[in-house]
Amino acid sequence: MKLKLATAALGALMAAGPALADLVIPDLSYRTGPYAAGGIPFSDGYNDYFTLLNERDGGIGGVPIRVVECETGYNTEKGVECYESTKGEGALVYQPLSTGITYQLIPKVTADNIPLHTMGYGRTSAKNGTVFSHVFNYPANYWDGASGAINYLLEENGGDLSGKKIALIYHNSAYGKEPIRTLEELSKKHGFELAALPVDHPGQEQKSQWLQIRRDRPDYVLMWGWGVMNQVAVQEAANIRFPMENFIGIWWSGSENDVVPAGEAANGYKALTFHNVGTDFPVFDDLKTHVVDAGKAAGAGDQVGTVLYNRGLYAAVLAAEAIKKAQELSGNADITPAEMREGMEALEMTEAKMTELGLPNFGPTFSVSCENHGGDALVGVTQWDAANKTWTMISDFKPTDGEVIGALIDEDSGAYASENNIDSRCN
Amino acid sequence: MFYREAGDFKTSYIDDSQTFPIKFDRYRYYVVLAVAFGIIPFLINDYLANALLLPFLIYAIAAIGLNILVGYCGQVSLGTGGFMAVGAYACYKLMTAFPDVSMFIHVILAGGITAIVGVLFGLPSLRIKGFYLAVATLAAQFFLVWLFNRVPWFYNYSASGQINAPERDVFGIIITGPNAPAWATYLFCLIFLTICALIARNLTRGTTGRTWMAIRDMDIAAEIIGVNPLRAKLTAFAVSSFFVGIAGALFFAVYLGAVEVGEAFGIQKSFLVLFMIIIGGLGSIFGSFAGAAFLVLLPVVLKVVGADWLGWPTDIVAHLQLVIVGGLIILFLILEPHGLAQLWRVAKEKLRLWPFPH
Repeated sequence: MKLKLATAALGALMAAGPALADLVIPDLSYRTGPYAAGGIPFSDGYNDYFTLLNERDGGIGGVPIRVVECETGYNTEKGVECYESTKGEGALVYQPLSTGITYQLIPKVTADNIPLHTMGYGRTSAKNGTVFSHVFNYPANYWDGASGAINYLLEENGGDLSGKKIALIYHNSAYGKEPIRTLEELSKKHGFELAALPVDHPGQEQKSQWLQIRRDRPDYVLMWGWGVMNQVAVQEAANIRFPMENFIGIWWSGSENDVVPAGEAANGYKALTFHNVGTDFPVFDDLKTHVVDAGKAAGAGDQVGTVLYNRGLYAAVLAAEAIKKAQELSGNADITPAEMREGMEALEMTEAKMTELGLPNFGPTFSVSCENHGGDALVGVTQWDAANKTWTMISDFKPTDGEVIGALIDEDSGAYASENNIDSRCN
Repeated sequence: MFYREAGDFKTSYIDDSQTFPIKFDRYRYYVVLAVAFGIIPFLINDYLANALLLPFLIYAIAAIGLNILVGYCGQVSLGTGGFMAVGAYACYKLMTAFPDVSMFIHVILAGGITAIVGVLFGLPSLRIKGFYLAVATLAAQFFLVWLFNRVPWFYNYSASGQINAPERDVFGIIITGPNAPAWATYLFCLIFLTICALIARNLTRGTTGRTWMAIRDMDIAAEIIGVNPLRAKLTAFAVSSFFVGIAGALFFAVYLGAVEVGEAFGIQKSFLVLFMIIIGGLGSIFGSFAGAAFLVLLPVVLKVVGADWLGWPTDIVAHLQLVIVGGLIILFLILEPHGLAQLWRVAKEKLRLWPFPH
């Protein structure tokens, strides 16, 4: 606390000083409210990586990074307030970690010329960079997730899902509804039967949905949940003795928070992912020396290595790499948001680069282009081991059904473009 | 000394029945209007508009609307969020169906549609009262949110069920969408608030308002002296929903720009507006303003002081904010159960005698 006051005071001094350049990264976090359990580790990971860069390397390209945290409580009105209060400070990129806030910000960031990175959430069709100039959702989006889950099931069933029944249990919001259209298309293509079961915010009430699952006996259950909904769903699945290995959650339903409350019964539960799990990477040693042991960790500092902490870290890694790219392209170290956007659009993540960062095989390799703001859409699967309390990757990052998703993205982004009179760019 | 009736001679009935009988009050009112219309638009920036002024103006309209129903007519309603959603979705459907029509007309029509829906859900008030009516309006809240989530026609079949406000203008000035200038959105909402407040003030001191208050104070007695309860209650529901619908339309189209019904217009919104009028003062137009200001501005002020000036961790500030706002609500309700409006009334009484109270 004292330390935070001191750093904040220092930050204020630096902000007040006229000539000191810095790279401003707003962190629209939520450490309070019903979704705090997910918001805290993500924000900690995001902050810690930038702290590491400041402490170890003195920032990026010699320019220190200043993270401005703003509490949204997963509430769109507060999200707007946070956006307006931070954008004037030269914010380089926004990561709101909320699909609702993302929808608010998409038109605003485009008008203000600030990039928005919605990693694995937000509006899926933003992958189409010809329409959404300032929105990026690499390395993977919801529709990749839906297709990745089906591909994994296809693999398990020897390439044939016809006649199988798959239920989707989803958060009844913009976020939860996203995969339905893709799954409907995929069910036509592969001949499985899809049943969609909505759960209303915040998700504690799921008895009737699981009763229906018990009655219909689907072969597999997919879940698009967030916050308390996940824990309740895993517990309910355990209560009806649904086989956990047939229950697959999206990446937002696959953290320790979601499975620990159900104890042993959650063993074998699977979740999709677009980054690796655990702390078995060289960068965590640096984090320990420079950040955690130095007492500079964000929050309580107890989240290091959890799934969502790693995701926050990965988001920070991608932002930092984009900053490097932008510095390289523009030639100046103190970049503007517009240059940041160029950097994000030219971002390329290779295995060699990840190894150099101390994160070998941490995330999929992908590259971003003007047309493609969503990366190469590689999705992996993790499984929970309740005895050791660890997640393990059981399926490596694999490609998803680009044909089905591409068509849907064109349709949805086309509708957005015509509604808002946006001309196609990248010619 | 300055604040007194003495010396301010009224020579006509119109003068005698004006809203601000005291000269000082009258000038203060003109000054507020002049600042709001003449000065703030030149000073405004995106942050002031989107974080403070727009939510305050819009919630004030909603609070006036609910105050007519709850404060003046005594019909407890928990359906404000649902009615705001009706206004928002009506506005969205109108905006996308008739892109060339002025936003003024869309917002007013959205209010009209909400008024019709409000009357429909107000019908049970003729048979049930008090807490039972609260439960019936609660049903309206849940039904409307469910409806807008369930029927894709309302959100034009978009994949996520979100509605997005496209760019629309008034006389060539962009009002909605990301390119709308702050002063234009502010003035647009301010004009609606001013008109709504004037209408509400004049309705509540005329025949209509007196019938509402008669129903509120004792419905049987009111019926005996000739007040038609059907008419009184349904007009209250209609006028209240009209205002709430306008607030919902502005909330969606001008303030947020994109809305998801469960999140933006959930039950917590109903409670928020209800708290505004309870804290501000039931049965008072000024109370609606005061309550909206209290609940919109105070959290932002606390956040700015705590997180931005003092540099405290954001989660501690957010928690403190809940504690302080909650504590102040309790304090106000204990010290002044009639709300901020009553404090204002007491202050005015004292001012009249100042500086010689004996």
